[in-house]
Amino acid sequence: MNGTVELIRLALRRDRVLIPAWLSVFVLLAVGSAVATRDMFSSTAAVVAAAESMNGTPALVAVYGRIYDPTSIGALAMLKALATGAMFLAVFSIVLVVRHTRSEEETGRRELVGAGVVGRHAPLAAALVVAAGTNVVLGLVTSLGLIGAGLPVDGSFVFGLAWMSVGLAFAAIAGIAAQIATNTRGAVGLAVAVLGVVFLLRAIGDTAEVAGPRWLSWLSPLGWGQQFRPYAGDRWWVLLITIGFAVAAAAGAHLLVARRDLNAGLLPDRPGPATGTLRGVFGLAWRLQRGSLLGWAIGFVVYGVLVGSVAGSIGDMLSSPQAEEMFKKLGGDNVLTDAVFAAMFGFLGVIASAYGLQVVSRLRHEEEDLRAELLLAGSVTRARWAASHVVVALGGVAVLLVGAGLAAGTVHAAQTGDVSVVGKILAGALVQIPAAWVLVGLAVAAYGVAPRLVVAGWSALVVFLLLGELGPLFGFDQWLMDLSPWAHLPKVPGSAFTATPLLWLLVVAAAALAAGLVSLRRRDIA
Amino acid sequence: MTAVISVSGLRKAFGRTTALDGLDLTVRAGEVHGFLGPNGAGKTTTLRILLGLLRADAGSVTLLGGDPWRDIATLHRRLAYVPGDVTLWPNLTGGEIIDLLGRLRGGLDRNRLATLIERFEFDPAKKGRAYSSGNRQKVALMAALASRAELLILDEPTAGLDPLMQAVFEDCLAEERREGRTVLLSSHILAEVEKVCDRVTIIRQGRTAETGSLAELRHLTRTSITAELAQPPNGLKALPGVHEYHAEGTLLHCQADTDQLDGVLRQLSALGVRNLVCRPPTLEELFLRHYDVTS
Repeated sequence: MNGTVELIRLALRRDRVLIPAWLSVFVLLAVGSAVATRDMFSSTAAVVAAAESMNGTPALVAVYGRIYDPTSIGALAMLKALATGAMFLAVFSIVLVVRHTRSEEETGRRELVGAGVVGRHAPLAAALVVAAGTNVVLGLVTSLGLIGAGLPVDGSFVFGLAWMSVGLAFAAIAGIAAQIATNTRGAVGLAVAVLGVVFLLRAIGDTAEVAGPRWLSWLSPLGWGQQFRPYAGDRWWVLLITIGFAVAAAAGAHLLVARRDLNAGLLPDRPGPATGTLRGVFGLAWRLQRGSLLGWAIGFVVYGVLVGSVAGSIGDMLSSPQAEEMFKKLGGDNVLTDAVFAAMFGFLGVIASAYGLQVVSRLRHEEEDLRAELLLAGSVTRARWAASHVVVALGGVAVLLVGAGLAAGTVHAAQTGDVSVVGKILAGALVQIPAAWVLVGLAVAAYGVAPRLVVAGWSALVVFLLLGELGPLFGFDQWLMDLSPWAHLPKVPGSAFTATPLLWLLVVAAAALAAGLVSLRRRDIA
Repeated sequence: MTAVISVSGLRKAFGRTTALDGLDLTVRAGEVHGFLGPNGAGKTTTLRILLGLLRADAGSVTLLGGDPWRDIATLHRRLAYVPGDVTLWPNLTGGEIIDLLGRLRGGLDRNRLATLIERFEFDPAKKGRAYSSGNRQKVALMAALASRAELLILDEPTAGLDPLMQAVFEDCLAEERREGRTVLLSSHILAEVEKVCDRVTIIRQGRTAETGSLAELRHLTRTSITAELAQPPNGLKALPGVHEYHAEGTLLHCQADTDQLDGVLRQLSALGVRNLVCRPPTLEELFLRHYDVTS
């Protein structure tokens, strides 16, 4: 453990902008949600009505969780912030831990540091301490902010604990992932895959009937976050579970660290072919990206299968007869199932966009690590080299969504015995593709100007998400919310399909891609 | 002889830092041209402009008769490049990477590659992440040497190689020259340039300080003399053209301007010579003078 303190100081110095910036976004999200909802409901009856219609809509329950006290305005106000914030916080914790462990090792900086008086466990310990400290501060500041916004004191502290717990759990999970995978992308991908699985566990558990597999939520750190039930029972004791898990997982990561060599994962390197078959940059890009695409595709198909198998039974699970009546009046039994598919694919569309951005970000790393230079010194134009990765991004996004759509459709068709639903459900996945391509296009356009600007794609993803989440709460102007490509997608299945917005999104994506490739041709290579 | 590379008045600034400030460079067909300069002199920036990776702010650059910024795909088929800092794809094997780089510049000479792999004692089946920096450099080097490119651009290619491998590299370079290929070799390892290069361009702070064949450059300089004499070398110090004079008893070490050598030697033989070593100045000595580093 020697050197842990110095490494903590190094990490804090390196992240002196990153951590406060993220902290502020989270606190703003929480306080913003509280303030925006505070004055919206005039009476308890209005709160109860809103809460019951939320709980009666399985698609919302699947994405955000349940409201456990329909009379509590706090629980209603903070439902979305609790769920989306927890997801973001998990990703943030993952990035933070991997950044200071596997990334350092991969780049060789760990070796430089490790030659000093630094124990084998110190880098991991330092990363975990920094992530844990960040989450504790985040929980505390959020709690104070919520109290300031006028929400009950107890509930506000429990809310802070719930967020903090999710962050701690994923910091520890990322600690393990960083020992298993041999590179940054692999480690982040592995931890995010765990996040996807536990999201799904919670979604299934929360939408299940009372007699159904509700216990699934208890297998999920995201579920624990919900089970703190802030403003709706304030269960402090859940903290015992979350802290217990975080400590156990962190200890597990430390066990792994002691059992492997520097720069190695858990699996040893094996010799490969002495001569290659890569024909050019497209072959290379495919080779570099195919493993990751396979992993993502498996995740998407599994997700599709689960959604397809759960969605059909959701119609029976309606806890509120009024809601059921309302949905039936709107267009029959199927509407409800359709809405679930539309909501689930909306979520997948965001994740698929993240995949596309990850692929495009590879351009930056290839360039900054000087590997692009090796290729560009050959007879490859820049546009062709960049296109090799962009094609994987565009194609990969399509493959993922088609895979999920087909899986969900097939499983649902098998349950209902109605083959015609496959096309309808697949359409719900397909409409997400142009929106994801727009994000890919934006990232490429920014990359064309300068390699580090490729992060603008991620910023756009977060901004579009927040516009969708917070826009309706704050009553943003329509034009502002229309900036998000997701605002333009037809809500299929369920609503009418219109092709025009999709075509426009394709035009925007194509224009952005072209702009990126043209400006890449004009600038210096790093 | 035609010029394969011709650069004049080249300027490039990164923000407020001036990297190149009117650089001139001419490389003739079939020669091995040394491109010498201390760290930060602008060697790599020049090479990256020649490769079309950076855009020149001013000046004219012609490479193999084309414009390196515009004619990338056609020009790069005819050249091979070895960067000074080689990074590989961690999950591809060395063999796969050599093949890929070869295909990107129009094919590899398989037999030559097999010989090179043997001579450089290289294991092509290991993954990129497992190679040491010297071995990473070998990957780029072998891919370049086994290509059929007519021009090789090498940026400090031996920095990570051990002395044995450096010798192998020098042999390979001599073979390249016999086959009539043109080589631009950037380096700060003077002994290497001295052994393999026909002509040299020395740059300093983004400008060309000196250019010419080694013989031409030496012409401007002095000869080192170490002698053991029959008697103490009195009066020698005062002769015109004598520098760096050190005498200890009958032992003498000094440098003489080449055009004054005649007088110095006459004086020495008058004193009685027991032992005499005259040698041309090493590039180190050239360098030290160019960069005003006091010994």
